[in-house]
Amino acid sequence: MTEVLVAIFLVIGALFMLLGAVGVARMPDLFTRMQATSKASTLGIAAILGAVALHFGDSLAVTSRAFAVIAFVFLTTPVATQMIARAAHFINVPLWNTKINELAGQYDPVTHELHSFKPPTPTEATPTNMASVREEK
Amino acid sequence: MNEAVGSLTIVVGKAVMIILGLAMFLAVVRLLRGPNLPDRVVALDLISILAIGIIGAYTILANEPVYLDAAIIVALLSFLATVGFAHFLEIMTFRKRAKHD
Repeated sequence: MTEVLVAIFLVIGALFMLLGAVGVARMPDLFTRMQATSKASTLGIAAILGAVALHFGDSLAVTSRAFAVIAFVFLTTPVATQMIARAAHFINVPLWNTKINELAGQYDPVTHELHSFKPPTPTEATPTNMASVREEK
Repeated sequence: MNEAVGSLTIVVGKAVMIILGLAMFLAVVRLLRGPNLPDRVVALDLISILAIGIIGAYTILANEPVYLDAAIIVALLSFLATVGFAHFLEIMTFRKRAKHD
């Protein structure tokens, strides 16, 4: 019974990891690739290490180690992904098929602080170029 | 292989190894092709996560729980590497701006 469960968990995990890798290979730009890899591969890790925990179910040391790895990956993958996405936004990685980029101009270029809404500075907000400013946003 | 592992587990474990190897190949393709540096960092992150998966599958296949320690180390190192690369990319924009000014 345990053997069948282990096999099922292993296959589920491997297929989710393959899904993440296919997403990395096939998605059109960095951010879509990132959302494919981070979520699918995290679930794959959880399933495979869950299978390890089931297989060595009678030994508490191994099980707790497997769950420690799962918890660590669940905690660190979102942080790492967010940091790469933030850095990629700063170095202007091209976006695929994007009409309106609402994040453009919201980061302070010097201090790298995020504003939820940054009003146009007085020099660029003259009535004559207001339309173009709004179009850029 | 060890006798304590059933035949179903051995067959499934080997199939899982092949699937993860295929996934690793796709990630390496992206690592080599990636148009810019963040793409390569994402591919590298995925490769280390796949390595954790392969170590987990091999732990079951060989029936040796010792290998799980290697998975812990790979998880720690991959997080550090990714954060380091992201920080480096962000620092690079500061440097570029300083050169322009």
